Amino acid sequence: MQSPLPFFPEQASNFAGNVDALFSFVLLTCLFFAVLVTLLTIYAAFKYRRTEPGEIGSDIEGNNILEIGWTIIPLVIALVIFAWGAVVYVNYRTAPKDTLDVYVVGKQWMWKLQQPNGKREINELHIPVNRDIKLIMGSEDVIHDFYVPAFRVKMDVVPGRYNTMWFRPTKIGKYHFFCSQYCGTNHAVMGGWVTVMDPADYAAWLSDEAGDVNPVSAGEKLFSQLACNTCHISNGTGRAPSLNGVYGGKVLLSDGTTITADDAYIRESILQPKAKIVAGYQPVMPTFQGLVTEEQILNLTAYIKSLQSQPVPAKGAGIAPATTGKK
Amino acid sequence: MRIARTTNPGPALRLPEKHYLNATYGIRSWLLTTDHKRIALLYLLSVTFFFFIGGFFAMMIRLHLLTPSGYLLSADTYNRMFTMHGVAMIFFFLIPSIPAILGNFLIPLMIGAKDLAFPKINLLSWYIYIVGGAFTLYSMVTGGLDTGWTFYTPLSTVYSNSAVAPAVVGIFITGFSSILTGLNFLVTIHTMRAPGMTWFRLPLFVWAHYATSVVMILGTPVVAITLALAAMERVFGLGFFNPAMGGDPILFQHLFWFYSHPAVYIMILPSMGVISELIPTFARKKLFGYHFVAAASLAIAVIGFLVWTHHMFLTGQSTYAALAFSFLTFLVAIPSAVKTFNWTATLFGGSISFDTPMLYAFGFLGLFLIGGLTGLFLGCLGVDMHVHDTYFVVAHFHYIMVGGAVMGYLGGLHFWWPKITGRMYPEWLARIAALVLFVGFNLTFFPQFVLGYLGMPRRYHVYPPEFQVYNVMSTAGASILAVGYLLPMVYLTWAAFYGKVAGDNPWPATGLEWKTPSPPPTENFEVTPVVTWEAYDFHNRPDLGLDDSSHPAVAPAHGDD
Repeated sequence: MQSPLPFFPEQASNFAGNVDALFSFVLLTCLFFAVLVTLLTIYAAFKYRRTEPGEIGSDIEGNNILEIGWTIIPLVIALVIFAWGAVVYVNYRTAPKDTLDVYVVGKQWMWKLQQPNGKREINELHIPVNRDIKLIMGSEDVIHDFYVPAFRVKMDVVPGRYNTMWFRPTKIGKYHFFCSQYCGTNHAVMGGWVTVMDPADYAAWLSDEAGDVNPVSAGEKLFSQLACNTCHISNGTGRAPSLNGVYGGKVLLSDGTTITADDAYIRESILQPKAKIVAGYQPVMPTFQGLVTEEQILNLTAYIKSLQSQPVPAKGAGIAPATTGKK
Repeated sequence: MRIARTTNPGPALRLPEKHYLNATYGIRSWLLTTDHKRIALLYLLSVTFFFFIGGFFAMMIRLHLLTPSGYLLSADTYNRMFTMHGVAMIFFFLIPSIPAILGNFLIPLMIGAKDLAFPKINLLSWYIYIVGGAFTLYSMVTGGLDTGWTFYTPLSTVYSNSAVAPAVVGIFITGFSSILTGLNFLVTIHTMRAPGMTWFRLPLFVWAHYATSVVMILGTPVVAITLALAAMERVFGLGFFNPAMGGDPILFQHLFWFYSHPAVYIMILPSMGVISELIPTFARKKLFGYHFVAAASLAIAVIGFLVWTHHMFLTGQSTYAALAFSFLTFLVAIPSAVKTFNWTATLFGGSISFDTPMLYAFGFLGLFLIGGLTGLFLGCLGVDMHVHDTYFVVAHFHYIMVGGAVMGYLGGLHFWWPKITGRMYPEWLARIAALVLFVGFNLTFFPQFVLGYLGMPRRYHVYPPEFQVYNVMSTAGASILAVGYLLPMVYLTWAAFYGKVAGDNPWPATGLEWKTPSPPPTENFEVTPVVTWEAYDFHNRPDLGLDDSSHPAVAPAHGDD
C-alpha cells in the first residue's frame, strides 16, 4: 500500500484479477448510468428552471416506448453482470482436484490451523505459492468468517458444519487475513497473516520442528482410545461397518438412499450417529457430541480418509453395490 | 432565479380559528386521541427521540474509529454501540418514520377521508410501539446489546453476555405496531377514498404506502416468530438454532432475512413515495409514467420477498441457490431503475423551483442512485465474495437508508410542515441545512466504499493502520452530518410556533391535502371533496391560481419527452 489513498488492495491470488476485472466492469457500467442521470438532472434543472412565479410545466403524461426501453436495457446489462459474477463465483465454489488441504478451526477469538503433515499454527497460515490450497473449516462456537482481502475470497465458518474455500496464491508475500463475520467481543482482533512462500522455503518450513503429531496418527490413536475400533473392525466382521475405502465413496443407507461419504457425513456420523444408518446395520452407536473437540473430529476424519486406500472387505462395508463397486 | 411563493398572495394569511391542534386541550386529549394527525405527531416525537439515541451511538462509533487502536471505547462497549445504533435506527426510526408519521398524517387527507379506517387501532399501534421501545431501552440501559442488529445465532442465543432477551422481546412487540399500521392503511386505501378518487388518481405517495403495507403485513409476522424462537432458545435453552443441540444457525439467517430484506423496502418505498410527490410539485408537471411508477412500487414489494439469501452467499449455501437468488436480486433492481428514470424525465419540460423540499429530492436522486447502483456490486456473486461483510456493505446500505430514506423523510417533513403546523420553516436556513447534510453525508459514507474494497471488515473496534486515512474522512463527515441533522430539528421546532403563517396551499401543490386549511380541522374536510382531476395535473386546476398560458416556451417535442 504505497499510495496514501489506495483504491485496490494487492492482487495475490488466482481470483484477485478476475474479481477486480469484474468489479471494474460493474463500476464503469454504473458510472455511465450515474453520470448520465446526473447530467440530465443538472441540465433539466438549469434549462427548465422557473422564470415566472405563476408558470407551470408542459402537459406530458409519459411515453411507453421510453418506459420499455429503460426497462429492457438495464435488464440486459444486469443479466450480463449477473452472468459474469456467476462464472467467477462458481469457479470459486468448485475446488479443483489435488489441492493442498489445510484444516482451519475458528473459536472465540483465534484461528487454529493445521497443515497436512500435522504442523499447527495459530493465527498464521503458511502456504506455497502457485499451489491450489483448500481450507476445510469448522467452528467451535459461533459463526466466524475467513477472509483474505489480497486473495479476494472469504467464507463463513459455521459451527455444526464444514465449509471449504480454495484459492491459488500467486505472489510471494505476507497478507492480512480477517474474521469478517461478527463473532463477539474480540472479533476485530481475530485475524492474522497468510505467508505465501516459495515451495522450497515452504517445504523447509514444514519439516522444521516437526514435533507436532500428524493428524492421521493422532486420529488413529483416538480411534482406539474412544473404542471405535471395537465395532468398526476393518475386515467387516464387527457390529459396525468397516471404514476401509469408505471416504469419498458412496454409502448405501437403510432407507435405500445413497450418500457420498465426505467430511460432513463423517462428522455427522460421529456426533449424531442415528441420523443416517448404513444399510444392514443396527443403530447401536452412541453419540460423541460433547465428548470430542472439533480438532479431534478433524483428526478422526483424517484417519478415516487415510483408510481410503485400504482393501475393502467383501462383507458389508456399507458401500453401495453395483453403482460404484470398489473405490 | 426567482422563487415563486407569491402565488398565494395577500399579507392577511391567518391560521384557521379551529384546527386539530387546538380542538381540545390537555395531556389526555393527546394520549387518548384517535385523530390520525395527532397520532402522527405522537409518532414524530417518539421516533425523533429514537433517532437521536441512534445518532448518539453513531457519533460514538465514528469518534472511536478516528484512530486504528480505538482510543475511546472498550471492545465490548464499541460492540454495544454499533448494535444499539442499528437496533434503534432500523426498528425504531427507519421502519416507522415515514409510514407512521407522514403516512399516518397524510393518507386520509390525500384520499379525502376523515380518518384512518380503524382510529382506535391506530392509537393502539402507537402504544405498542412505545411498549416495545421501552423494553428495548431497558435492554440498552441494563447491560446493553452486543449481538449486532442481525442477532445471528448461536452468538445471540448462547454466547452473548448482554441483555438480548428484553431487546428481542421489544422488537417482537414493536412488530405488531407495524402490522396494525399496515392493516389500517390497506383497509383505508381500499374503502375510504373520496368520490372520484379512483385508483389511478391516487397520489403515488399512497401507492408507495400501499406496497409498503403489503410488505409489513406479510413480512413482520415472520421476524416476530423468528425472534420469539431466538428468545426461547436464549431463555429456555431450546435448541432451534444451536448446533450443539442439533439446531441450525443458518436456519435463523433464512428466517431473519426473509423479513429483514423486505424491511429495506419498508424503509425505502415510502421515501420513494415522498419523492414522487415532491418532483411533480416543484416541477409543476405530471409525474412522467405515473402507471409505471405505481407498478414499480408493487413489483419491488413482490420481488423483494424473493431475494433474501443474497445476504448469505458466503455461508456455504448451495451454489445453485446462490445463482437463483443473485438472478432475482438483479431483477429487483429494475423497478428502482425505472422509477429513477421517470423522476428524471419528469424534470424535462417542467417549471422547476429550488425550494428546500426539492433540494432534498435532488439529494435523494443523487444518493439513491449511488446506493442503488452499488447494490449491483453486492448482488453480483463474483464481487460479493470479496466485499461481503466489509465497509462496502456499510456504505451501500447507508446510501439507501440514510441517503435515500432519510433524505425523503426530511424532504417530506419540510414539504408538509406548513400543512402539519400551519407555518413555514425559514427557507434559507433550511436550504443551507440540506446542503450541509448532502456534503456531510457523502464525506461520511463515500470513503467507506473504498475502505470496503480495500478489505476492512465491518464491526471492527480496531483496524490495521493502513485504513486510517479513510476513517478520518468518514469521522469528519459524520461531524458535519450531525450539524445537518440538528439544524432542522431546531428550526422546524421553532417554525411550528413562530414561523410565518403558510396558508392552505403555499407551494401550490395539487393533492387533496392542500384543499383544506393548514392545519386541517379535526375532521379533515368540512365537506367531503369530490375529485375530478388526475394526480399532479396542473393544467386543469384553475383553483391553484397559476397561469396556464404562461408556459408555451417549452414544446413537448423535446428529445426526452
